[in-house]
Amino acid sequence: MFTLSAYKRQEPRPWSSCLIVCAAVVLSLAVSALMLRLQGKPALHGIELLFQGALGSRWSIEDCLIKAIPIFLCSLGVAIAFRLQIWNIGAEGQFALGAIGATWAALTFPDQPGYILLPLMFGMAFLGGGLWGLIPALLKLRMRANEIIVTLMLNYIAILFLDYLIYGRWKDPGSFGFPMTKAFSVGAIVPKIGATEVNWGLVLCLVSGVVMWVFLRFTRMGYELKVAGENLNATRYAGLPYEKLVCLVMIFSGALAGWAGLIEASATINRLQPSIMVGYGYTAIVVAWLARLNPLTIGIASFLLAALRVGVENLQLELQVPAAFGGIMEGMILLTVLAGSFFNEFGFRFRRPS
Amino acid sequence: MNTELIVPLLAAAIQSGTPILYATLGEILTEKSGVLNLGVEGMMITGALAAFITAQATGHPLLAFLVAGLIGAAIGAIHAIVCLWFLGNQVVSGLALTIFGLGLADYLGTPLIGQTAPGFNKLAVPLLHAIPGLGPILFQQDILVYGAILMVPLLWLFLDKCRWGLNLRAVGEHPEAAAAAGISVLRYRWIGILGGGCLAGFGGAYLSLAYTHLWTNGLSAGRGWIAVALVIFAFWRPGRALLGAYLFGGVMAFQLRLQAVGTHLPSSLLLMLPYLLTVAVLVFSSWKSKQAAAPAALGVNMEPND
Repeated sequence: MFTLSAYKRQEPRPWSSCLIVCAAVVLSLAVSALMLRLQGKPALHGIELLFQGALGSRWSIEDCLIKAIPIFLCSLGVAIAFRLQIWNIGAEGQFALGAIGATWAALTFPDQPGYILLPLMFGMAFLGGGLWGLIPALLKLRMRANEIIVTLMLNYIAILFLDYLIYGRWKDPGSFGFPMTKAFSVGAIVPKIGATEVNWGLVLCLVSGVVMWVFLRFTRMGYELKVAGENLNATRYAGLPYEKLVCLVMIFSGALAGWAGLIEASATINRLQPSIMVGYGYTAIVVAWLARLNPLTIGIASFLLAALRVGVENLQLELQVPAAFGGIMEGMILLTVLAGSFFNEFGFRFRRPS
Repeated sequence: MNTELIVPLLAAAIQSGTPILYATLGEILTEKSGVLNLGVEGMMITGALAAFITAQATGHPLLAFLVAGLIGAAIGAIHAIVCLWFLGNQVVSGLALTIFGLGLADYLGTPLIGQTAPGFNKLAVPLLHAIPGLGPILFQQDILVYGAILMVPLLWLFLDKCRWGLNLRAVGEHPEAAAAAGISVLRYRWIGILGGGCLAGFGGAYLSLAYTHLWTNGLSAGRGWIAVALVIFAFWRPGRALLGAYLFGGVMAFQLRLQAVGTHLPSSLLLMLPYLLTVAVLVFSSWKSKQAAAPAALGVNMEPND
């Protein structure tokens, strides 16, 4: 008799993680097809609509890129925090505060030209998102408060604060009672690239992705971050500035999410309204983990999950499937990838019982 | 303030605290076995929906309550499979479970928005309900409120006096030593996760069957997360969980009452109160406790040895 036993691999295999993600996507698609079937909807046609909606035309691919921009920025921020083993679940709230900061600048100085107003908005979004990220960092370092719960609660608080502003002091008197601010002036809008619908946020993504990659790979602090994330004891032993690292990482993590909020408010909807909060901050966590916290693969994963959102919108339109369908798939993909990573780290062999 | 205001407020506090109490007790059980499950929110909302659908279909609220527990445990089982069998990261798996559960409940619940289901009504305990003040607060509640209160000593007895409970705690403190002593680590962690999921499902059922009798999407509104925070506030002790849950229930009831009365404060600011309080309570209890009260092996998977 032989028994099957697991052993830990010395080197994780590079290709198997890609394979695992593909398998997870296929499995999740299969389960979603089943769910459509259970609701009495055509399953295969549904999957077809999903793909067609996401990648079927130039317009839909542009839409995927537009949605990938905020997801990418949030995810990049989440990923650096995760690398340091700081569980920043607060991208959603930092996104909201970024949008609020940028909107404040846009509403206060509407007559300024873009070359003055846009940098100011980026600064305010950085401040808003960054400070919202710094709060949990300080509470963790000074009071040992668990950052998962603090960042999550700050999400709820941020969204309610946004509601407070939109329903109250920032409400446009000419909106016929709808909760929204005045439309942004021309100078406050991030322009589009050439003749496309895609805004210059895409370039910001490329730049920040490359900067992050260089930072993690070639700078001293990037190296310290890697060491500190892998082994907290080594950090203390080697005298690395752990507290400083945590604060800086959380400020930048929050600021990136804040910029995502700015771009959504400015380029996508041209004002602040409650529909700006669609859960990009939570999708970003899924993306960061699928991409194994690597800036390059985060780009690919952001596009994929943005495509999922666009595809689900088509499904919603054609088959009246609730938008929550996308959430189910996101959760399923992440769960199967988590389980599947086991085969990346562990191998199996048959053994003769001794 | 006079008793005419205070008594209904306290009665409402116990009502809004009850779902959080179920969920907190469940998460204590799970964490005591060394597993962190951040999927409470997801298990709670799927439990709430399962209860609602069952109550609508059968008209038996008690059956619906039990089904919610089963469904909560079934959602928890996903976490168990990912973390116990496949050694997935517990933090990320729990988050994924919440995303999945919220999505599932929204997806299946959207056609039901605004519909009602038969639920639990308040019943007066004979004689005791007539006590002035105390009667309306404690003895004119629905049966699930008493169920939650009963769970507190039961969980304490299980964790502190029962052999199985002691084994479960050993697994949470030092899995290698427990395994060496012949205790099956995986079995007790399964028990911890399934039990916790069941209680989270009960908490959800309370929301849809007793707190409201009506389905709306996002019914749990972060209560699952508040429960996760309360475990820390409670130092992993069931008795303090009771205190914490009713404290939160009080704040929620208070802000609802203020909204109903109509103050100058906008409702979005009032709605922040429970979340602000969660942060405050968490900071306070983390800062105060000198040594960690958390189970030593919390969140750490046990790898198979070669």
